[in-house]
Amino acid sequence: MDSFPVVKNILLLDSEGKRVAVKYYSDDWPTNTAKLAFEKSLFAKTMKSNARTEAEITMFDSNIVLYKFVQDLHFYVTGGEDENELILAAVLQGFFDSISLLLRSNVDKREALENLDLIFLCLDEIVERGMILETDANVIAGKVAVNSMDPSAPLSEQTIGQALATAREHLTRTLFQ
Amino acid sequence: MAQPLVKKDDDRDDEAEYSPFLGIEKGAVLQEARVFNDPQLDPRRCSQVITKLLYLLNQGDSFTKVEATEVFFSVTKLFQSKDLGLRRMVYLIIKELSPSADEVIIVTSSLMKDMNSKTDMYRANAIRVLCRITDGTLLTQIERYLKQAIVDKNPVVASAALVSGIHLLQTNPEIVKRWSNEVQEAVQSRAALVQFHALALLQQIRQNDRLAVSKLVTSLTRGTVRSPLAQCLLIRYTSQVIRESNTQTGDRPFYDFLESCLRHKAEMVIFEAARAITELSGVTSRELTPAITVLQLFLSSSKPVLRFAAVRTLNKVALTHPMAVTNCNIDMESLISDQNRSIATLAITTLLKTGNESSVDRLMKQITNFMSDIADEFKIVVVEAIRSLCLKFPLKYRSLMNFLSNILREEGGFEYKKAIVDSIVILIRDIPEAKESGLLHLCEFIEDCEFTYLSTQILHFLGIEGPKTTDPSKYIRYIYNRVHLENATVRAASVSTLAKFGAMVDALKPRIFVLLRRCIFDSDDEVRDRATLYLNTLGGDGEVVETDKDVKIFLFGDLDIPLVNLETSLKNYEPSEEPFDIDSVPKEVKSQPLVEKKAPGKKPAGLGAPPAGPPSTVDAYERLLSSIPEFSNFGKLFKSSSPVELTEAETEYAVNVVKHIFDRHVVFQYNCINTIPEQLLENVSVIVDASEAEDFTEVTSKPVRSLPYDTPGQTFVAFEKPDGITAVGKFSNMLRFIVKEVDPSTGEAEEDGVEDEYQLEDLEVVAADYMMKVGVSNFRNAWESMGEDFERVDEYGLGPRESLAEAVSAVINLLGMQPCEGTEAVATNSRSHTCLLSGVFLGNVRVLVRLQFGIEGSRDVAMKLAVRSEDEAVGDAIHEIVSCS
Repeated sequence: MDSFPVVKNILLLDSEGKRVAVKYYSDDWPTNTAKLAFEKSLFAKTMKSNARTEAEITMFDSNIVLYKFVQDLHFYVTGGEDENELILAAVLQGFFDSISLLLRSNVDKREALENLDLIFLCLDEIVERGMILETDANVIAGKVAVNSMDPSAPLSEQTIGQALATAREHLTRTLFQ
Repeated sequence: MAQPLVKKDDDRDDEAEYSPFLGIEKGAVLQEARVFNDPQLDPRRCSQVITKLLYLLNQGDSFTKVEATEVFFSVTKLFQSKDLGLRRMVYLIIKELSPSADEVIIVTSSLMKDMNSKTDMYRANAIRVLCRITDGTLLTQIERYLKQAIVDKNPVVASAALVSGIHLLQTNPEIVKRWSNEVQEAVQSRAALVQFHALALLQQIRQNDRLAVSKLVTSLTRGTVRSPLAQCLLIRYTSQVIRESNTQTGDRPFYDFLESCLRHKAEMVIFEAARAITELSGVTSRELTPAITVLQLFLSSSKPVLRFAAVRTLNKVALTHPMAVTNCNIDMESLISDQNRSIATLAITTLLKTGNESSVDRLMKQITNFMSDIADEFKIVVVEAIRSLCLKFPLKYRSLMNFLSNILREEGGFEYKKAIVDSIVILIRDIPEAKESGLLHLCEFIEDCEFTYLSTQILHFLGIEGPKTTDPSKYIRYIYNRVHLENATVRAASVSTLAKFGAMVDALKPRIFVLLRRCIFDSDDEVRDRATLYLNTLGGDGEVVETDKDVKIFLFGDLDIPLVNLETSLKNYEPSEEPFDIDSVPKEVKSQPLVEKKAPGKKPAGLGAPPAGPPSTVDAYERLLSSIPEFSNFGKLFKSSSPVELTEAETEYAVNVVKHIFDRHVVFQYNCINTIPEQLLENVSVIVDASEAEDFTEVTSKPVRSLPYDTPGQTFVAFEKPDGITAVGKFSNMLRFIVKEVDPSTGEAEEDGVEDEYQLEDLEVVAADYMMKVGVSNFRNAWESMGEDFERVDEYGLGPRESLAEAVSAVINLLGMQPCEGTEAVATNSRSHTCLLSGVFLGNVRVLVRLQFGIEGSRDVAMKLAVRSEDEAVGDAIHEIVSCS
């Protein structure tokens, strides 16, 4: 057993098993080909299961994989075979819920791609090189959706578009509270 | 009307396929990245371009070195913008581009500025980025800021520094270890995640200091731990302390803490504690009970993750403490129908491990329904569980064998079928009553088997087991059918099997001859050759004679030669009057290089021809020795040991020795390397003092003329010993040589040298040197065919031992024999063990050994040693080896 919980990868795939966003933290899959092969067989193995109400779990290639689906999005978290399943479940839950918060009502592939920057930031806030950073979805989403402007920046630097974006993000923030 | 409707559907499909990244192309995005250089930055547009770059990388596109550098340089310009969102994207892309050391310098000052910013988000992210891309030299510059950050009042900043510390510990341990005080302070943090990260880092820093970890655990188990994650860590470190404390008597320290964690409010903590308790070494059933109880509750949870975690842990417990798990059997049975097939399979195999004899039939019925709707990989697990169940309850073989034969008839892939066939074969071997029905099931299977490998395996097995049954004739039909219906490989295997029946069962001989003669007209060479060969060896020209013992050995004996060696020997054989002699093939597999240590990349320059590569196989040793005239009359080389180091690593002269054993001689081959560039050694020899090895007399030695720097050389010393006696003894060695100074600039040695000596470590010849590791594929067969004629059995007390496994491996090493069928592995917690060994003793005598170990009292190990060999004296010699040590 590792001396602290280690996450090997976090995957967000679409309903055909294609990548929306993925992040690998382990050297188990050294090449992109190896990663794609893992995603393909994992998707084939899990696509038929019903992981929509509760997260599901399986053993796969001496790894433990937890997964949950919503609409056309498939969320996966992988850990070593000796890992505490419930810790990995907490990571998956944090990932799933924070994405749901960030995409608001529309949690589907299209919305995810349109806000891909938020998804990348979200992955960055959950795990750093295998070590769990945060599992509380509210905290994760809050960190991702911070006010876009540095308060010290001069107002003149803001364009109309930025002002609108700031407004939108401000709205997001108020929605979380 | 239908037409427009379809069209509308098409439109909607197009819409569903819409993606902001549709048709995205690397070249175009790299062009777009030029906006990073604009004097008036548009943060939103820049963020979008970075997202596109990240998208490309995430999809597996890769940038060339030039492209990555270009992007990196333009990204660094974005530090000018004060837009928070853009800055975050800049952090992300820098991490993804993983810049090289000379590029890192460009962003270092910007990142260091951010590290000291008032904005928490800047500080936290700048720390993570900088620690990710930095190397050791920069780390000393920023160390002060990192120490501050660890105790920062903002938890995100503190966590960023702590997590970075965990990763930096791998590359720069001495620096991170200096942060102990700050980390210690952070362990007391009120922020849940900071405590978790600090605890993980502190344990990593102190992992080699048992006492410190123990202290840490002691103080924390009394204090408050805020997050479930940190509590899980504490449980892990507590069990580590328990493992290392190794107390044998009285209450286990910290058990109460683990038990109290079973009542924690977070499920992950409850589970971590339950699992830790089940994994305690030598756990008692009293200690297990509370853990099993919480796991049992999890079994009926609505969450698949909880059910899975619980049943997987119970499955492991069932291996060592089946009785403790039986309370959960009812819950487990209801899991057989679980939607999640991983859970169902785990439940089944656990039940198979804990079930008693009376529940077997009911279980089998449930499993039969279950098998049809799970994947092959799960089925294999079930088959293996059923096999061990059958070995546990041999009386139930009928229903279990029926189950196996039923699933053998159903659809399935190769691995699955192989698992079934292997199980049936093992049951036939171990349960005599199951033999006849098992063989018939296998016969039926090969009637319709699509896997050549399995057919040939089964035919081979039939040839060995079939003739020993009461009515061998009933198998002939199945076997002969193969000759008509199958491919050449299977046909050839069938011919061999038929011949085996002919050899063993005299009554069947005439009929077998008829069948074999028909095979002479087969279309395949191999099949015809085999048929002709067997007809000749069995005396198929009409005479019904008792089969010769030699023929039986030829048909049934093991090919006790490694195939690699046979292949090399056959390749070296040149067609001549002299037939190929199979006895000339070396029996020992070894490919250990003679000289292992060689300074890498330190080749002597200008020394002319490269040094002759050290011979690396037994074959090569033999060639080397036979090329030396002094040793040419020693006869055939029996065995060469692996090299034994006679010097410490990193000394002036590196020497190791290989012991070559002949019937009446022993040759020591000293492999020497001179590791001093300024020296040339001449007339190098080893002076051996054999006063503690009475049976040996030195006959000759062969020095090395010259030993330049870093070029291996070999010197030999040969001893005579009484024929056939396994003489043992201790030899002390002294390296003697003439040393000459070498001018490093010219590489020329001086004229005059000085005589010098160098003490080497002692060398021993032990009994195991006379034994060759030669395995057998089927120990039981070999044991039976060796017969009881020269069996020697005796019992020994081995005294107190560390563990059973340690005792087993000590005896294996003492005898120097090859463990067979994986019997060298001892199950943890078992109190008895049987180990099967095979080898060839000096004089080419086959030896088989059966060792039975048992623990008496707390640690005393007793051993029963049974030896069978072709020579009575060898059996005695083996016992002598054991009793003398």
